[in-house]
Amino acid sequence: MLDEKMIMMIINGIGETLYMTLLPTFLGYVIGMPLGILLTVTDKDGIRPNAVIYKVIDFISNIFRSIPFLILLIMLIPLTRLIVGKSYGSNAMIVSLTIAAAPYIARMVESSLKEVDHGVIEAAQSMGASNWTIVTKVLLTEARTSLIVNATIVTATILGYSAMAGTVGADGLGAIAVRYGYNRYQFDVMLVTVVILVLLVQIMQGIGMMLAWKFDRRRTS
Amino acid sequence: MNEKEILLEVRHLHKDYGNGPVLKDISLEVHKGEVVVIIGPSGCGKSTLLRCMNGLEPIQSGEILLDGKVITDSKTKWSEIRQKIGMVFQSYDLFPHMTVMDNILLGPMKAQGRAKKEVTQEAETLLSRVGLLEKRDAYPRQLSGGQKQRVAIVRALIMKPEIMLFDEVTAALDPEMVREVLDVMLELAREGSTMMIVTHEMQFARAVADRIVFLDEGLIAESDTPENFFTQPRTDRAKRFLNTFIFTK
Repeated sequence: MLDEKMIMMIINGIGETLYMTLLPTFLGYVIGMPLGILLTVTDKDGIRPNAVIYKVIDFISNIFRSIPFLILLIMLIPLTRLIVGKSYGSNAMIVSLTIAAAPYIARMVESSLKEVDHGVIEAAQSMGASNWTIVTKVLLTEARTSLIVNATIVTATILGYSAMAGTVGADGLGAIAVRYGYNRYQFDVMLVTVVILVLLVQIMQGIGMMLAWKFDRRRTS
Repeated sequence: MNEKEILLEVRHLHKDYGNGPVLKDISLEVHKGEVVVIIGPSGCGKSTLLRCMNGLEPIQSGEILLDGKVITDSKTKWSEIRQKIGMVFQSYDLFPHMTVMDNILLGPMKAQGRAKKEVTQEAETLLSRVGLLEKRDAYPRQLSGGQKQRVAIVRALIMKPEIMLFDEVTAALDPEMVREVLDVMLELAREGSTMMIVTHEMQFARAVADRIVFLDEGLIAESDTPENFFTQPRTDRAKRFLNTFIFTK
């Protein structure tokens, strides 16, 4: 039942879940953001087309995104062991979650940047702006609303992945739900963790939408 | 006009998008201080010609020279050339997330590396000239079409280009806003700016141009003074084109 011990465990679980969500999302952006920018820039309609670079990144990111996350987790166990020293626990999951997140983020960043009106890019080119200036001052600035919205979606997805990782040795709310709900038939515990997971997604969504709105200079109100 | 030096020269330019030629053997010269207006039916290649001038469109053969130097070979650093060729577009293309001032400052600060203080002062002068100084901190969405286009002109002017290209800059505007934009261009012409203008405003073309270039099916069909072109066009094609602007009941 939901005694004090259980509540403490759930509170710890929230912390672990947030850790396993936010850190891989951040690391995923560190890797995925430059890749997404490269995809946009080197695409055939991009500001510096390069078929080789585009196809290589495109291919790798498609492969990683095709593998179901649970399978990817198992496949990455040797790598996780190499980096973290063990194949279970939150820190081990950070490695797999980051690797799952990065190609997905690259695609999300690419799709955001491609929303930027081509005319605006040409305007920047026509005043002699370098490609670096166009990326940093035009593409990233003009796509920021979409980038923030997509970051919200990414974070919620990684949260879902982190719960899934609970089945193969991660900590966090997902692990609690599996352990108590699936293995011990304590549905009340499972229900509480699920409600907390839903709330976490709602809060993230709310923060993301608020930020996107705050940074949108095109809105009329 | 012949005593003035040639600023921009196009020699036997061919342009093809891959499904037939758009521009065939275009040759023309623009002298310093000259205003050349390019007119012609839709799809004749007017805008394409302008876009070739600053490398927004690659060309298949021929060459373009600026100040006597070829700018269409593979060694061209377009980011440097484009600082000398200002361009204003039909759809304004202001940066929506930047204020008017930031829109104007991006080019001179990032491409030319000029100091913010100096460019800001210059931007304020230019903005007050086009009557928009009070809009310096506004965002593009808060401006009318005519105001956006005047900001776009300032954004191009602040680079101190040697020549300005205007690509149908009033085509997307409501009729009552056309005037305010054309007036700015007329003033630039009076001050001796070198300009190439693509437009459908015939009255304006006649008033502003030193020379009219009539483009038809990718060829220069006529190149003449506005007076001659509008009163006695030589080709049938030009006559027919000009007749489309005359209404009788």
